[in-house]
Amino acid sequence: MNEIIRYSATELAAKLRAGEITSVAAVQAHLDRIAEVDGGERGIHAFLHVNGEEALAVAAEVDAIRAAGGADAEALHPFAGVPIAIKDLIVTKGQPTTAASKMLEGWMSPYDATVITKIRAAKLPMLGKTNLDEFAMGSSTEHSAYGLTRNPWDLDRIPGGSGGGSAAAVAAFEAPLALGTDTGGSIRQPGAVTGTVGVKPTYGGVSRYGAIAMASSLDQIGPVTRTVLDSAYLHELIGGHDPADSTSLNEPVPALVEAAELGASGDMTGVRVGVIKELQGEGYEAGVQERFDESLEALRAAGAEIVEVSCPNFKYALGAYYLIMPSEVSSNLAKFDGVRFGTRVLPEEGPLTIERVMGATRAAGFGDEVKRRIILGTYALSAGYYDAYYGSAQKVRTLIQRDFDAAFELADVLISPTSPTVAFELGSKTGDPLAMYLNDVATIPANMAGVPGITVPGGLSEGLPVGIQFLAPVREDARLYRAGAALEKLLEDKWGGHLIDQAPELSAATTGGVA
Amino acid sequence: MASHIDELVDFDVALEKYDPVLGFEVHVELNTKTKMFSSAPNVFGDTPNTNVTPVCLGLPGVLPVVNKTAVEYAILIGLALNCKIAERCGFARKNYFYPDTPKNFQTSQYDDPIAYDGWLDIELEDGEVFRVEIERAHMEEDAGKLTHMGGATGRIQGADYSLVDYNRSGVPLVEIVTKTIEGAGKRAPELAKAYVAAIREIVKSLDVSDAKMERGNVRCDANVSLMLKGAEKFGTRTETKNVNSLRAVEHAVRFEIERHAAVLNSGAAIVQETRHWHEDTRTTTSGRPKSDADDYRYFPEPDLVPVITTPEWIEELRARLPEPPAARRKRLQAEWGYSDAEFRDVVNAGVTEAIEETIAAGTTAAVARKWWMGEIARLAKNSDVETLDLGVTPATIVELNSLIESKKINDKIARQVLEFVVAGEGTPTEVVEKRSLAVVNDDSALGVAIDAAMEAMPDVVAKVKAGKLQAIGALMGPVMKATRGQADAGRVRELVLEKLGIEG
Repeated sequence: MNEIIRYSATELAAKLRAGEITSVAAVQAHLDRIAEVDGGERGIHAFLHVNGEEALAVAAEVDAIRAAGGADAEALHPFAGVPIAIKDLIVTKGQPTTAASKMLEGWMSPYDATVITKIRAAKLPMLGKTNLDEFAMGSSTEHSAYGLTRNPWDLDRIPGGSGGGSAAAVAAFEAPLALGTDTGGSIRQPGAVTGTVGVKPTYGGVSRYGAIAMASSLDQIGPVTRTVLDSAYLHELIGGHDPADSTSLNEPVPALVEAAELGASGDMTGVRVGVIKELQGEGYEAGVQERFDESLEALRAAGAEIVEVSCPNFKYALGAYYLIMPSEVSSNLAKFDGVRFGTRVLPEEGPLTIERVMGATRAAGFGDEVKRRIILGTYALSAGYYDAYYGSAQKVRTLIQRDFDAAFELADVLISPTSPTVAFELGSKTGDPLAMYLNDVATIPANMAGVPGITVPGGLSEGLPVGIQFLAPVREDARLYRAGAALEKLLEDKWGGHLIDQAPELSAATTGGVA
Repeated sequence: MASHIDELVDFDVALEKYDPVLGFEVHVELNTKTKMFSSAPNVFGDTPNTNVTPVCLGLPGVLPVVNKTAVEYAILIGLALNCKIAERCGFARKNYFYPDTPKNFQTSQYDDPIAYDGWLDIELEDGEVFRVEIERAHMEEDAGKLTHMGGATGRIQGADYSLVDYNRSGVPLVEIVTKTIEGAGKRAPELAKAYVAAIREIVKSLDVSDAKMERGNVRCDANVSLMLKGAEKFGTRTETKNVNSLRAVEHAVRFEIERHAAVLNSGAAIVQETRHWHEDTRTTTSGRPKSDADDYRYFPEPDLVPVITTPEWIEELRARLPEPPAARRKRLQAEWGYSDAEFRDVVNAGVTEAIEETIAAGTTAAVARKWWMGEIARLAKNSDVETLDLGVTPATIVELNSLIESKKINDKIARQVLEFVVAGEGTPTEVVEKRSLAVVNDDSALGVAIDAAMEAMPDVVAKVKAGKLQAIGALMGPVMKATRGQADAGRVRELVLEKLGIEG
């Protein structure tokens, strides 16, 4: 394995700046890795589209600027030349954007998402677009219309979802950085089951402009990386106010890198860590609980004050989420009708009226899980049901926010397992939507309240990664990086390296890829 | 269909038995530079699908941003309609599938309109004032424009295909909704027309809309129902959509009253539905059934934050309100000294501003009215155009008038000069010079013509000498003929009397 791909983004960036490695070499190393492990019969299949030519061109441009030196080189972003993968829910000019749906097969966005504009300005070469559950609806990436993604830790297991592609790409060393989106856990749960780091920023912290909306009041774009510090850099790059997103916070990005660096000392003295009583115990695998308890011990040993907090309304979060999210989905996905863009399907027989063309298009273009949620949401918003369903769910949302408010009176950050289980086997839950939904029980409350959350690797259970989640108050994303970096440091000291180093070797031989 | 009828009931007969109940929803397109939620230009008449951004095309991933100017215009409209302005209001999604609505939902306001509980006093033609209560004025976005191709009627029925222009998609709208209007009786059609005219006048005076009904800047949906006189419960209503001229509003309300009466008299029930207005036949036809259970699955727009209006902002906007049109009319009538009938004619002819500007440019109120309601109106009628579209400017009138006052031309020639000005031959002064139309004031030349006329008509001269001064008129014809109409009649008369030694 080319050692370039094993560097963290921060390490790679330093080597690029020092002139030890060129960006072209870095991009090429990752493209080679993608060829090797992504495309074969048992390949990871993290990528739906590989953007090699453009990525190499951007890398060459960065190399030229660095070689020329002077003010232009000085002005480069610290991560200039470090490659990144983009979840295929985020629109990009010049590359297809499918949302992993047949509905957008072949569609090219005429505009860039705000986060993409920032990434282009910082000159991070984009390696391509990563797989996801269709329109980000799912917890396993099995609902992609373009095939599943495999977990690099065990090729017969799910990489989590919906952002399984981004998490697997980072875990399989196909990219040092990736962007995800998180509506109910789609960054954090894949991060947990792939042994990587993922952050859902405070709602409004990162512009949603150009992220194909699933549930507007819950969606948030965030970083997917292998280290906490890398996430901090990427978060600072993509964060900040955007006039094109009315819900974006009009304030500067907090000092996240500084917080991560502070946390990397491993010292947690004086930090109150609240254990959420309702997010452990029944439903959580024993191995997950064990790693969680060990993390608590490590934090306590590092000076943290561990307190127990109760969030009694969290038990309603999943139910309320499955009313609010589908309601917004039913409206957000109405635009996919074959009239202006994307797939158009004509009815096989009968007259060609607009209603029938829209109907045929949506029947053929959407997968079952998307249809399930559109139907649920349409029902929940219907006259006569609105108050009982959408209205009640909004009240639950308020109660969850109050639970958080009360908990953050007692603790600076909250902690829980990110996911109740380790990665499950491919196909084991596709027939049972409710079992699938339960995977997000610990991540959903953050989206319902708009608070930020991070997942960091917490060790292995039967050889599979367990994730530990920290949650912080709205706008206090820096606390996540402080606590996350501290736990990362404490556990890596114990393991003697990154958890990801314990992942099995992948090669063309194991995946059927190109050697 | 139960509501199908062949014979209408005569309007007056219908009103003997029933009381009409009205309600109006008027959509006003705002003339902001950009659209309601996107930075696309808000311009009428451009090449289809050029004034669009990803936002107003509803492409995947886009988000709306509220146009602050549109909010200000909505507040101005609310204030002009004597409404309360919400301290905080939000947007909602109205979900329905239709290809002119790119997102398949319209971003509108639902249970918290920006303006509510207002009123507007409507002056009817005889001067009676009827107060219309305003329920709400809310902000929303316009849909794109569909053109149905291949059918005979331009309607979707029978068309081969439809084209859609998204230039209008996302244009800011304010929808003004009245409360139920009772008690209009026979005046209902007239009130309908006057109400829409008043709304149009207000938004024009606020300069928040181009207010051209023929372009759809102001569109009226008219709700009509009938109830038996003395009944307590309202009848079933119909909503006639997109009635787009003042005359049509009046006719549509009248037609629906006559039609409802016929249906009810036949013992059938009115179907609650939308109706289409047909200008050619001045009738309505059934649209789609509409019930209160139409389910648009409204819910709060999660991509937008609430609009907060501070008292300071509202007061700042209130200070920008122009004089209300009705008050302004009262003031102008008093200033100009026109009778009620004269002023009403001026208003109905739509030349109030033209007269105001003409007076400001230097004529008397009487002179301004004489021209605008007289010769200019006549020329416009002959050319079958609106008076204001004839191209006559206040400056033209002032110039013509000063030519008359300085006796360079007389009234009759002035009217000819105006025709030539309208024909594009130049300013009045230029026309007079080019066509040598100046009055003959040269007494010697006049004298020759008068002498010749007097010589040819000795009997007339005798009559004048005998004291019948009105006989001078008979000399006028030959004199005018000799001077090709350019003689000043007053001066001719003076000269004749002078020559005969008679005191005028």
